[in-house]
Amino acid sequence: MATATEAPPLAPAPDKKPPRKRGRWTPYWLLLPGLLWLVVFFALPMIYQASTSVQTGSLEDGYKVTWHFATYWDALSEYWPQFLRSVLYAAAATVLCLLLGYPLAYLIAFRAGRWRNLIMILVIAPFFTSFLIRTLAWKTILADSGPVVGALNALHVLDVTSWLGWTSGDRVLATPLAVVCGLTYNFLPFMVLPLYTSLERIDGRLHEAAGDLYAKPFTTFRKVTFPLSMPGVVSGTLLTFIPAAGDYVNAELLGSTDTRMIGNVIQTQFLRILDYPTAAALSFILMAAILLMVTIYIRRSGTEDLV
Amino acid sequence: MNTTDNSGDVRLSGISKTYGAFTAVHPLDLTVPQGSFFALLGASGCGKTTTLRMIAGLEEPSGGTVFLGDQEVTHLPPYKRPVNTVFQSYALFPHLDIFENVAFGLRRRGIKSVKKQVVDMLDLVQLGEQARKKPHQLSGGQQQRVAVARALINTPKVLLLDEPLGALDLKLRRQMQLELKRIQTEVGITFVHVTHDQEEAMTMADTVAVMNAGRVEQLGSPTDLYENPNTTFVANFLGTSNLIEAEVDTKSGDDIVLKAGGGKLVLPEARCSAPTTTGGKVLVGVRPEKISLTHADDAGEIPEGRNRITGKIADSSFIGVSTQYVIDCPVCPEFEVYAQNIDRDARLVPGAEVVLHWNPAHTFGLDAAQDIDAGVDIEEEAA
Repeated sequence: MATATEAPPLAPAPDKKPPRKRGRWTPYWLLLPGLLWLVVFFALPMIYQASTSVQTGSLEDGYKVTWHFATYWDALSEYWPQFLRSVLYAAAATVLCLLLGYPLAYLIAFRAGRWRNLIMILVIAPFFTSFLIRTLAWKTILADSGPVVGALNALHVLDVTSWLGWTSGDRVLATPLAVVCGLTYNFLPFMVLPLYTSLERIDGRLHEAAGDLYAKPFTTFRKVTFPLSMPGVVSGTLLTFIPAAGDYVNAELLGSTDTRMIGNVIQTQFLRILDYPTAAALSFILMAAILLMVTIYIRRSGTEDLV
Repeated sequence: MNTTDNSGDVRLSGISKTYGAFTAVHPLDLTVPQGSFFALLGASGCGKTTTLRMIAGLEEPSGGTVFLGDQEVTHLPPYKRPVNTVFQSYALFPHLDIFENVAFGLRRRGIKSVKKQVVDMLDLVQLGEQARKKPHQLSGGQQQRVAVARALINTPKVLLLDEPLGALDLKLRRQMQLELKRIQTEVGITFVHVTHDQEEAMTMADTVAVMNAGRVEQLGSPTDLYENPNTTFVANFLGTSNLIEAEVDTKSGDDIVLKAGGGKLVLPEARCSAPTTTGGKVLVGVRPEKISLTHADDAGEIPEGRNRITGKIADSSFIGVSTQYVIDCPVCPEFEVYAQNIDRDARLVPGAEVVLHWNPAHTFGLDAAQDIDAGVDIEEEAA
């Protein structure tokens, strides 16, 4: 009897240890595919590019890492106008996206009723065609002899935009306005979707409560709806600004040599001039600049406790 | 309080609301006098919340008019009405702290120095310490008090409460009921309270309107509704009633004598809301706690002049203050009796033959054309 009672406590003891050990490692095993993905598609290319940016040499003699950091300075001092232009165009497109996208998202979230799904599909529908084709379509829309330019001319809108330097003469194509229009159009869904998500989450009773507490409809929007949609505004502007700042398709197809953005410069350096160190350095500068701006923006918008 | 002041009266005249073919509220006339605590009681979907929302201006009536005091407000938007609402789920602004939530209404009316008022109001609801917290950091009961404070600070003519205690657990609910009653007495504002909890309505309100299917079934003080229900719905929804179908036999003085089963029952004519023609059917009702239970062996000791019914105990459950019996009677298979546990007769166990008897003054009469079970199970559905 005594041996029989002693046996069971002994038996499970060695059995228990391995599962506990396996359990401790489970999270890491589960993380592994993600980590591998990051290493192969993010960390390695970054390291490769970082090393490229500090190499010197030529195509014939080959490139060697010589820790030539001057490439960064040279790239920045030569291409700062394109950097500045990229930021300006992206910022303009982001503001336009917000102005167009907010009412649209508001409409879908609160007023669309049974049309909600249809409008959502219409917002996403352009994604079913190629980015390139859609941008090329804008070439037709803004063509010199097209109805849009004709109408803008007739209304003397182009006189104003030309005076502002956004267009030149009676053309829209190959001007900053065309590039910003293209950027706005292409990134609008990235603004609308997060805005819609955060507006849709707002409890409708909060609007009623605000009205009940003497807020007129616009005050309700200003004091309740808009502050509560800030997470959507922040993620929407980031999702628009970041890719727009690095975009080169719109400037390439709708712009001219005077509207070149930093994306076009990087593309030319890589594919035409084959100056890999400069292209890599420009990419890093762009990345650093965007990271810096985004960090400041998120800090200042103070939406941490809303998300 | 000035008794001639009627600016806090709520007067609904012929107000109705329809959604397509569905009528949520049938044309309704209702007056809530200034300074009273008024409850709209009913099961979910009975139109009580819709009625409240029409007073608040959150719902446009399909017909009729709403008056606050002498001012017609039927088509005024909510932000122009001198009423405030405590919403069912509180609807506190999640991005504002407690102080700003409470100050919201004052600020919208352009009042600059709100600090003292807000602090005083937070003290009234005992939340002074929590002023700088966000709503999600508070417990349900605290959030509820913020919602009350946020509405009351505007000193509305009428405070509307839409199931304000629905999300709280039972104990907290009892506590908040007393709290709200205290606040109402203190500020003297007209309260209109919507609830599906009959006990809550009876504890708090001076006047209760029982609503069913978009109509007010009966309106009166809690005691009045409980003692003299006019419909089977009210009789069953407010507490429990034993209803027996009986036939009018004769009238003697102020009383009606009815035949039920083999016996006779006496009902004061004043307590019968149904027409009483000889030979006509009437539902005779009596509340379970009005009934005395005597073992059949002692039937001779029952005083003369009491209504009596015989039956057999089917079930009994001891619940502390009282014992609840279910009696199987020929006239009513599930007759409920609540007996106070003062002198318990050990013979009163399931299976025992008993005589139920009560003072005829506690009997009420209802129209037999109604559904005898109206309002019986509704409470469980709503809870």
